Amino acid sequence: MYSQKTIKRFKNPRFSGEIKKYSGKGKVGNVQCGDIMEVYIKVKDDIIKDVKFKTYGCIAAIASSDALCEMIKGKTLDQALKLKEQDIVVHLGGLPPIKHHCSVLGVQALREAINDFKKKNKR
Amino acid sequence: MKINLDNASTTKVDPEVVKTMKPYFTKHFGNASSIHFLGLEAKKALEESRKIIAEIINADPKEIIFTSGGTESNNLALKGMVFSNPNKHIITTKIEHPCIMESCKWLEKQGTRITYLDVDPEGFVNLEQLEKEITQDTILVSIIHGNNEIGTIQNLEKIGEICQKHNTPLHTDACQSFTKIELDVKKQNLSLVTLNAHKIHGPKGIGALYVKKGIRLTPLLHGGGHENKLRSGTENIPAIVGFAKAVQLGMDKKHNQHMSKLRDELIKELLKIPDSKLNGPKGNKRLSNNVNISFKYIEGESIGGLLNAEYITSSTGSACSSKSLEPSHVLLAIGLDHEDAHGSLRLTLSRFNTQKEIDSVIKEIPPIIKKLRKMSPLRR
Repeated sequence: MYSQKTIKRFKNPRFSGEIKKYSGKGKVGNVQCGDIMEVYIKVKDDIIKDVKFKTYGCIAAIASSDALCEMIKGKTLDQALKLKEQDIVVHLGGLPPIKHHCSVLGVQALREAINDFKKKNKR
Repeated sequence: MKINLDNASTTKVDPEVVKTMKPYFTKHFGNASSIHFLGLEAKKALEESRKIIAEIINADPKEIIFTSGGTESNNLALKGMVFSNPNKHIITTKIEHPCIMESCKWLEKQGTRITYLDVDPEGFVNLEQLEKEITQDTILVSIIHGNNEIGTIQNLEKIGEICQKHNTPLHTDACQSFTKIELDVKKQNLSLVTLNAHKIHGPKGIGALYVKKGIRLTPLLHGGGHENKLRSGTENIPAIVGFAKAVQLGMDKKHNQHMSKLRDELIKELLKIPDSKLNGPKGNKRLSNNVNISFKYIEGESIGGLLNAEYITSSTGSACSSKSLEPSHVLLAIGLDHEDAHGSLRLTLSRFNTQKEIDSVIKEIPPIIKKLRKMSPLRR
């Protein structure tokens, strides 16, 4: 049911972990629904220099988190804000329809992290 | 090494069973209703198989109806009773297989009242509640024998006593327990019993329903009046012969001892992992092949995904692996919170699993749990 790309990412995520001195942090999801995603970003000169995730959830949730991180690393905040759920799905080579909410969570976590950064920097 | 620990889903067909089935595809392929020699050969095989299965559950061969499997047998038991006694009352439990659950929900919509009995934290049915809920309108009590998710084995003798006292027919879904625990329709006062082949190293697509003499069922399939007019359709002789062979092979007590030993080792070793807990009872009130453990902070589909990458099969009660995005109703019924239900891993053995395989699985699982916990925001 999962693409090779999704499985590969799930097995060996490159961006799992946390950034101790993060510029912004986003957290979405809940235990009830079985998915929680945390995204940490380190921002310098409006560019996402580093990004990490911590995820509680299924194969799709973990793979979506990792794909998201790769897609926004090195991007400006404006560029990152343009990222859509569908971009993550495409990047993963497709997700089963019932798992599309995992990509939604990824985008939401990213937006929360950027908002958190903006709030802290009064922008 | 490929290791199958998802035997509650289905099992591999025993090569002995395949061998027994083979001649009935190409040589004795007759229709058991025909009166020529080919038909008679088929009929003979059909009735011999029926006798084998009947004897094991202490029933009369006439009381065994072959069906397409567990789902059909459960549907026939419930709907067959309701169609003969409409708009009455059925008692079942909160931990049934989906084919009972969904049949009950459908029957509810058609006007049958359904009571879903509570279970205790180990999955045992509340017997006081059962006795209290039986009324003159109750046409059937349906309780799963060995639970497919958490392995709880209900005390059928006690349940049978209660039903007998109130003169209420008792049905049990014995798909998981058949050949693993004694089934005796007389001792346990059973009126209907669902059996199937593919959980016990027989072929898929074949099952049976024991229907006690005197129980009036309305058939779901009408046609040539096969199977005592309860299940029309040409009998699947190769599968029926294979089913009977699988039952015979499965009755060997050493299989149960072997599986119980491996099961207890798995449970003992996996519970050494911090923040883990066993779902369902311990010891001889648990199916000999069932292990179900919840790991905190992580989600079951992910555990299964990493096990699958090592060619180890498993299953989970997590919402993430279901079509509904709801965690297992069985795990919720025994009182697990959502996190523990999502974090459940089910490993189910067969007689073909070896000590070497279990040793290997015991080594593979702890690092997988650790890896996923390291990724989890719930673990601080």
